[in-house]
Amino acid sequence: MSEPPRRGDDLEKLQQDAVWYFLRAANASNGLIADSSREGAPCSIAATGLGLAAYIVAAERGFLPRREAAQRTLTALRFFRDSPQGEDPDATGHRGFYYHFLDMKTGRRTWQCELSMIDTAILIAGALSSGRYFSAAADDEREIRELAGFLYQRIDWPWAAADGPELSMGWKPGAGFLSYGWEGYSEAMLLYILGLGSPTYPLPTESYGAWTGTYQWENLYDIDFLFAAPLFVHQLSHVWIDFRGIQDAFMREKRSDYFENSRRATAVQQQYALRNPMWFTGYGEHCWGLTAGLGPGFTKQRAEGGIERQFYGYVARGVPFGPDDGTLAPWAVVASLPFAPEIVLPALRHVRDAYPEALSENGLLTSFNPTFDPGDGGRRGWRAPEHYGLDQGPVVLMIENYRSGFLWRLMRECPAIVTGLRRAGFRKGWLRSSHR
Amino acid sequence: MNAADRPESRAALLPNDAYDATLLANTRPAGWQNPQPAPSYNLVVLGAGTAGLVTAAGAAALGAKVALVEKNLLGGDCLNFGCVPSKALLRAARFYTDLHHAPRFTGSAPAPSEANFAAAMERMRRLRAHISHHDSAQRFQALGVDVFLGDAAFADRRTVEVAGATLTFKKAVVATGTRAARPPIEGLAEVGYLTNETIFNLTERPRRLLVIGGGPLGCELAQAFARLGCEVIIANREPYFLPDEERDAAEILADALRRDGIEVRLNTEVKRVTQRDGEKRVCLVNDNQDTTVAVDEILVGVGRVPNVEGLNLDAAGVDYDHEHGVRVNDYLQTRNRRIYAAGDVALERKYTHMADATARIVIQNALFWGRKKLSSLTIPWCTYTDPEIAHVGLYVKECREQGFPLKTFTVPMSDVDRAVLDGEEEGFVKIHVHEGTDTILGATIVARHAGEMINEISLAMVAGIGLKTVSQVIHSYPTQAEAIRKAGDAYNRTRLSPFLKALSRRWLAWSR
Repeated sequence: MSEPPRRGDDLEKLQQDAVWYFLRAANASNGLIADSSREGAPCSIAATGLGLAAYIVAAERGFLPRREAAQRTLTALRFFRDSPQGEDPDATGHRGFYYHFLDMKTGRRTWQCELSMIDTAILIAGALSSGRYFSAAADDEREIRELAGFLYQRIDWPWAAADGPELSMGWKPGAGFLSYGWEGYSEAMLLYILGLGSPTYPLPTESYGAWTGTYQWENLYDIDFLFAAPLFVHQLSHVWIDFRGIQDAFMREKRSDYFENSRRATAVQQQYALRNPMWFTGYGEHCWGLTAGLGPGFTKQRAEGGIERQFYGYVARGVPFGPDDGTLAPWAVVASLPFAPEIVLPALRHVRDAYPEALSENGLLTSFNPTFDPGDGGRRGWRAPEHYGLDQGPVVLMIENYRSGFLWRLMRECPAIVTGLRRAGFRKGWLRSSHR
Repeated sequence: MNAADRPESRAALLPNDAYDATLLANTRPAGWQNPQPAPSYNLVVLGAGTAGLVTAAGAAALGAKVALVEKNLLGGDCLNFGCVPSKALLRAARFYTDLHHAPRFTGSAPAPSEANFAAAMERMRRLRAHISHHDSAQRFQALGVDVFLGDAAFADRRTVEVAGATLTFKKAVVATGTRAARPPIEGLAEVGYLTNETIFNLTERPRRLLVIGGGPLGCELAQAFARLGCEVIIANREPYFLPDEERDAAEILADALRRDGIEVRLNTEVKRVTQRDGEKRVCLVNDNQDTTVAVDEILVGVGRVPNVEGLNLDAAGVDYDHEHGVRVNDYLQTRNRRIYAAGDVALERKYTHMADATARIVIQNALFWGRKKLSSLTIPWCTYTDPEIAHVGLYVKECREQGFPLKTFTVPMSDVDRAVLDGEEEGFVKIHVHEGTDTILGATIVARHAGEMINEISLAMVAGIGLKTVSQVIHSYPTQAEAIRKAGDAYNRTRLSPFLKALSRRWLAWSR
């Protein structure tokens, strides 16, 4: 992809700031990366997976020496190889999957959290991208390749579909599989494709069909698209997979593809903000971005016009039916850059000009809310006090995909992705010429 | 057995006021003398809920000799323990919410207004008594129906016995309805709980209420009681409320309940209940973690059990089971072709309007050799929370399972002028069509008046009207139902292909 002029956008600076998050948030002794910049935050395995991918972009861009990127990667992969797996409530993982949150020091399960299939998929996608990138004959790079393959091949995907045909999204010792009711299009696309692509424990293809059977194809604001309310759903799988021009059965039926769908979903966000049905401060053509993330907290305020506003803490915000409390996520706007640069770049400029506080020295804010009255009279609105790995990862990686398509090209040659896509019924486009 | 599980005890549980006296005078008159049975009846109807009443009245109007048997209160669940009292209560609860939001209209903070729970309950009983006239024993007697009060049981395939009388029938209808299911929760029966059959007898507000079950009943009453000033916790074992409904609708509802101050607990099982220090302590389990909450009352709404006991259905050759009720074919006939079933006792979808619709089928099929089918009905339904959630036809998943390529036209209520002017922008109209055509397969509406709006879609579906025609129907402006026409307009815009658009542009350029 050619790099268009980007005067004033300084995308590289945004990438660098986001990479710094991972460098600061990593535990050098085990490679685990903290969920957020909050003091005492546990490791998030998804943040760790995004961090692994961020390291290779950092190495490619010269933000980080390749040796150091390899060393950081190796530390993390060795940890996951060696850490305990099993049904013990304080293990690191079970059947090749990992718990959502781990203690930063011990790497054991924390917060009584669930064994998370989607977060494992993000971790493994990061590991697989490392395995593709570090292709040199040097010992450390060879070991990275071996470990990435080992961790991927160890995952018992069909076990997570035991209550099937769809995958369960979580499991807890004692409680078993959790029922989250994951229906409709979601970030689980990445999970299914990795599960279908496994050479050791592949998911049956029916599971993918059962999942896509819950999709909703909607016409909203005169835009036809596969519906999902929060923006990150339309972004996360696209961090690693180039969906341009390839189609599964559903997209063949709709004569579209998932990349085009994410472009439309981004346009729907803009249309929603233009309408601003709930009268939030700032919403408009260049000010949007509703996704999962932190908010001011569960509280009510009486606003102008006597309107009672309900605010939320950490929830999956989305359009057009909410929840929406006026909280916007600048990182999610940036993560749509490859799909719709024509509306993302002006939005980024607008946020930079109108809300300079949305950019701190530690990178793009996870979220801010110009509507919320913090009650101190002076400051404008609310802004998230910390940064999250789940937000900073897509900033590094999707800007890179926009600038160079680097991660997409890398993963087009990843056998797990190619096999997974083919088994999910994807055809055409670059898959035709892929030799994997 | 819990007191609430004994249908015969319902009348005794009512508060003893003038309104309930009127209700009882209509629905179970004291000293009622059963008539002398006719030698033979065209139709004997067991159960005087909606299905039974509609069947009896309709058949009698057509000249049939009809006997109607009721063991408890005429009017059934709908009048006494269901739609009528709950909607009366919901209306009062909605009023207090509107009062809370008064500053949107008045500009100033409202006067502190604590909900008057007792008054809301009294209003409900007054309205229920008022409406009960329509279902009264006297009215049905005047319509020419022989009304028998007492326990009915089949003696054989052609006769029913009730209170010492033998009723010989040509055809019979089982319409005995359902009662609240009793969940097997440790300690629940011992500490006592409310169901829809007892909660409307309350005269004082319970300070803290736990609602078990996230179906329509649980959600409606949780919201109503919260708005009437109770501290409410709702525990639902599923990850969403209203598990049949579309996810967007369920999420909007969960959000609405939280805004009403309800503590929402999803994926949550009730493990055990104990009584201590005058309060009910309930152990809730979520993801294998226990928490205990203390409440004053527990409302159970976890499904319905068919009333099939004591009817001696075996002697009549009627198949049934204790979970799904009386087994019927598509013509609503039981295994004994002379005996039909209608309403909740035989239906998966237990709604008053379904009871009514099946009663009409039974009249035609039982008395006039009709071949009306249950499967041909287009059935809307609505959960009367705020916002209301209404549905008709197929769900997205059902469409895909049946292999229909599907497209959904979505109109947020916030795009509808009248909804904005009313301050009722929450919700949407979603109409599912067979892709490439304008054939409506189903629809879901979430809006403050979704129950009113869904009827237009039902009409279109029954009449075979597509979205294209819907867009040609002039809707009064401004109305909230205009959302439906907007969906039709959106459909029409998709028909304007790039080729047609180019052609139109060229024509207009030429004709300037």
